[in-house]
Amino acid sequence: MSILDSKTPKGPLAGKWTKYKNEINLVNPSNKRNIDVIVVGTGLAGGSAAATLAELGYNVKAYCYQDSPRRAHSIAAQGGINAAKNYQGDGDSTYRLFYDTVKGGDYRSREANVYRLAEVSTNIIDQCVAQGVPFARDYGGLLDNRSFGGVLVSRTFYAKGQTGQQLLLGAYSAMNRQIARGKIEMFSRHEMLDVVKVNGKARGIITRNLVTGEIERHSAHAVVIATGGYGNVYYLSTNAMGSNATAAWKIHKKGAFFANPCYTQIHPTCIPRSGDYQSKLTLMSESLRNDGRIWVPKNIEDVKGIQEGTLKPTELSEENRDYFLERRYPAFGNLVPRDVASRAAKERCDAGYGVNATGEAVYLDFKSAMERYGKEQAKIHHIENASEEKIIELGAAIVKEKYGNLFQMYEKIVDQDPYKTPMMIYPATHYTMGGVWVDYNLMTTVEGLYCIGEANFSDHGANRLGASALMQGLADGYFVLPYTIGDYLSNDIQTGKISTDTPEFEISEKEVKEKINFFVNNEGTHSVDYYHKKLGLIMWNKVGMARNKEGLIEAMAEIKALREDFWQNVKVTGGNDQMNPELEKAGRVADFLELGELFAKDALDREESCGGHFREESVEVDGEQKGEAKRKDEEYAYVSAWEYKGEPGDAILHKEELEFNDIELKQRSYK
Amino acid sequence: MNLTLKIWRQKDAKSKGKMVSYEVTEISDDMSFLEMMDVLNEQLINKNGDPVAFDHDCREGICGMCSMFINGEAHGPGRGVTTCQLHMRMFKDGDTITIEPFRAKAFPIIKDLVVNRMAFDRIQQSGGYISVNTSGNTQDANAIPISKQAADTAMDAATCIGCGACVATCKNSSAMLFVGAKVSQYALLPQGQVEAGERVLNMVEQMDKEGFGNCTNTGACEIECPKGISLENIARLNREYLKASV
Amino acid sequence: MGILSSSIARKVAMALSGFFLVFFLGQHFVINLTSVIAPDTFNSWSHFMGTNGLVQGLLQPVLIFGVVFHFVMGIALEIKNTKARKIKYTLYKGSANASWASRNMIVSGLVILAFLGLHFYDFWIPEMIHKYIETNPEDPTRYLAETVHKFESPVRVGIYIVAFVLLCLHLWHGFSSSFQSVGLNNVYTKALHVFTKVYAVAIPLGFVFIALYHHFNQLDH
Repeated sequence: MSILDSKTPKGPLAGKWTKYKNEINLVNPSNKRNIDVIVVGTGLAGGSAAATLAELGYNVKAYCYQDSPRRAHSIAAQGGINAAKNYQGDGDSTYRLFYDTVKGGDYRSREANVYRLAEVSTNIIDQCVAQGVPFARDYGGLLDNRSFGGVLVSRTFYAKGQTGQQLLLGAYSAMNRQIARGKIEMFSRHEMLDVVKVNGKARGIITRNLVTGEIERHSAHAVVIATGGYGNVYYLSTNAMGSNATAAWKIHKKGAFFANPCYTQIHPTCIPRSGDYQSKLTLMSESLRNDGRIWVPKNIEDVKGIQEGTLKPTELSEENRDYFLERRYPAFGNLVPRDVASRAAKERCDAGYGVNATGEAVYLDFKSAMERYGKEQAKIHHIENASEEKIIELGAAIVKEKYGNLFQMYEKIVDQDPYKTPMMIYPATHYTMGGVWVDYNLMTTVEGLYCIGEANFSDHGANRLGASALMQGLADGYFVLPYTIGDYLSNDIQTGKISTDTPEFEISEKEVKEKINFFVNNEGTHSVDYYHKKLGLIMWNKVGMARNKEGLIEAMAEIKALREDFWQNVKVTGGNDQMNPELEKAGRVADFLELGELFAKDALDREESCGGHFREESVEVDGEQKGEAKRKDEEYAYVSAWEYKGEPGDAILHKEELEFNDIELKQRSYK
Repeated sequence: MNLTLKIWRQKDAKSKGKMVSYEVTEISDDMSFLEMMDVLNEQLINKNGDPVAFDHDCREGICGMCSMFINGEAHGPGRGVTTCQLHMRMFKDGDTITIEPFRAKAFPIIKDLVVNRMAFDRIQQSGGYISVNTSGNTQDANAIPISKQAADTAMDAATCIGCGACVATCKNSSAMLFVGAKVSQYALLPQGQVEAGERVLNMVEQMDKEGFGNCTNTGACEIECPKGISLENIARLNREYLKASV
Repeated sequence: MGILSSSIARKVAMALSGFFLVFFLGQHFVINLTSVIAPDTFNSWSHFMGTNGLVQGLLQPVLIFGVVFHFVMGIALEIKNTKARKIKYTLYKGSANASWASRNMIVSGLVILAFLGLHFYDFWIPEMIHKYIETNPEDPTRYLAETVHKFESPVRVGIYIVAFVLLCLHLWHGFSSSFQSVGLNNVYTKALHVFTKVYAVAIPLGFVFIALYHHFNQLDH
């Protein structure tokens, strides 16, 4: 085990980034023309990085598995993007955004990175508005903000419920401008299957053309990985079907350390699974918890009745309902953070109180809100002695105004009217805070290999604040990487074109081809999805919202066994010289089967509860906080960075000790 | 429920395709249309057949990747939904469902139900952007107030997910709703107005080059658009084009 | 075709020639209507239209150009649009999202074209022969009798009615669609939209009424 150097600049926190920018080496414009950069992934991070690097003058080659960069999963983010603009004059500042992010991340992130993120957050909004992103505005024509994720200021900018799509389209339009100028060469429907190192430096990638099946070599002076998170290791998540960890995992196998894989965010308000055929889960905005009350029946007999369909939830009287969040957390009630709300729902369902046929759902009820709003409206409209129906009708109108589109989406999927019967919700994997370890420059442990956006581990610690994912992706791509990569590339101005005709490329290509040939020729018995679903089940049950030593050891063994079975019995139909979605999935699931084991290993190592990682052994044993997550700063205030050694189970732990000079570590309390 | 599916099968861009019938059983009402396709594919794999290739990704109606022309309509019989948001409760036991790829000369077939929609990307590359470089000091976001109405109308146009249903459903395979939405978004914002003329001329020129048909204002695109993009955007496109031409 | 090579320019050209024809149709209707309500006016107006140098030498060629242009362009666009989808759908539910009139402009258009052929054969060609080949002397009272006589045959009246029903459908979509094509479609154009629909029904219906009126009120031979 070694201690990792984050290369954080010296000096006071607030001045680090400015000082750093003043001191780095720059590349002369005429030299940038001779330098190639590969960017894999075209979401917010990759798209913004590709566009900005091309604007600067580098020759960029960008890759995505989708048919167009505009479809990357950043597009699905609904809520908004944080920025410390303080347009509302409510006391926001760079420091406050920094503070909230570090605290929200349960003190497991790198101070300097987070401060830099908060610092550039304001530039993102300026840049996006200049690009034509139609953020919501107030009647005075100025930008509107909302408060998000339980913070005390309104700093979230939004574009209807489509902030992710609008920001991505902004980055995509910037890319399009550079594609038209010939500065970005775009390879869509291409999947990166390996990174190529020459003399220890990342110098290219091997890709598969997903239309023709062709295996191609691409070289560059630096490689940037921006391929998103690994939430699909759970099979069911809110990620897109194609979201995968292959690029991140391949670079891990080539020497990039993988950090904190156990930090996963589970989002409490997703639409529950309805059956075994379920392919993905749909997230509903967290804002629903502002007005919805979460409950399950108090008595197990009532649960049975509801599960069998003989009892309706609306027939249950108040005293037979258990509003478990309000009961356990009287101060915050239904507004406790995502991880707390998720675990509490799981606790009830594990105890047998789940309210749908699968036993994995709790109610989110708007009746009280409708009554409350209804009474208010009756007063406003001077309706004396309004009947109960009238009050509900008036209240429903207000609820519709606030959440109409979400209610409509729910009804479309579940076929139940949430104005008449409570919604059903259940937590689902949503975001992965862990990822490839990077230093302050966003460079991995492989020289010339960078990792940005959700794919890296850097800024969110053990838990991410709402509306911060978009901020981090764009900060990395627009405002951080373009500087830090220049410092590195300034050494490459005389290197000249990197040849792909070298043994290093040849070996990598051969390995990739061998694996593909194995898949298409292995006459196995089970489909790829069969294994993916099994892996997902192990992960969800034993490495999910609450973890314990015994379960994690079992999970590691089970995943290993499943992986061995996979390599014996997986069946991939179709050929390798054509479009073959099964083959694509096989490669991705093969990597998830390794990542899942490292994930469990990391969770096993971290014998504390922090953020999205909850160890049942590490809870407060007495006092007001009894039963709640217990962080152990003395022992675990470090980043776990894992080095690949042939098998995920053999990975070696390297620690990056986290220092907090500008912030005081506190226990979270929501009681 | 049990269903008969008639699906367009085509090995690759060069091969000839044909409609092939399949039976699927035990389909639940709560499945999405794509989950029903997953069931079919699992069945085909178990019989060592070639699963049906279809585009899909986010499965929550926002990425615009899924396509399919189902029972004579883009994204099937639902309104305001993409195929991934279409649920099997829209169908009855014993139904025959015809599933074809989005068809247009400008959207060549790659395999089965997968088509190449890069014509849309090329149209946007021809001018669908505002020429602004990334820098840490672009002017402050609130420097130019934008009326709420303009911002909201621009946002409505910007909700387009680029799925291509407008082209697929148009009897002329016209892309004007898509181009209209893109041109409108920028034309409505002060930041976009600087290059508005050049943008609309270039984008329309590229649209024509791609081989899309001509709009005859049938309005089918607006009805089938999963995001409800309004025909007003086509009128605005025409207006902007005229303004830029004269 | 130079300026007309862009799709939007063609669309606008279709709309403008359409507007012109709609206007022509309106004035044609007004003159025809006088044949029912004021026969003398009909004769004098017809005489003016048939003999005025400006009308005959300038407006008539412009009209013919407008008609030919609208048809040639319409057919050219139809061919281009058909080519934009090489393999047709095996199942295409056009009625689910667009009106019959809007989807079949080429059908209604071609029927109207065929009718125009008949109309030229009936009225315009004899007129031309009468005036410019046979060079008959001017007779400002002949028009009404000639017109009324044409509506004697029930077959001809039947064809006339069918053509005007299709003209109604053509206008139902085409007239309001022309405003969309030149860029007029927003919350303020609702009234305009209603006007086009009323026009699309009223004018063809009026023509049909005139035809039936003359059919049932034949003058003595």
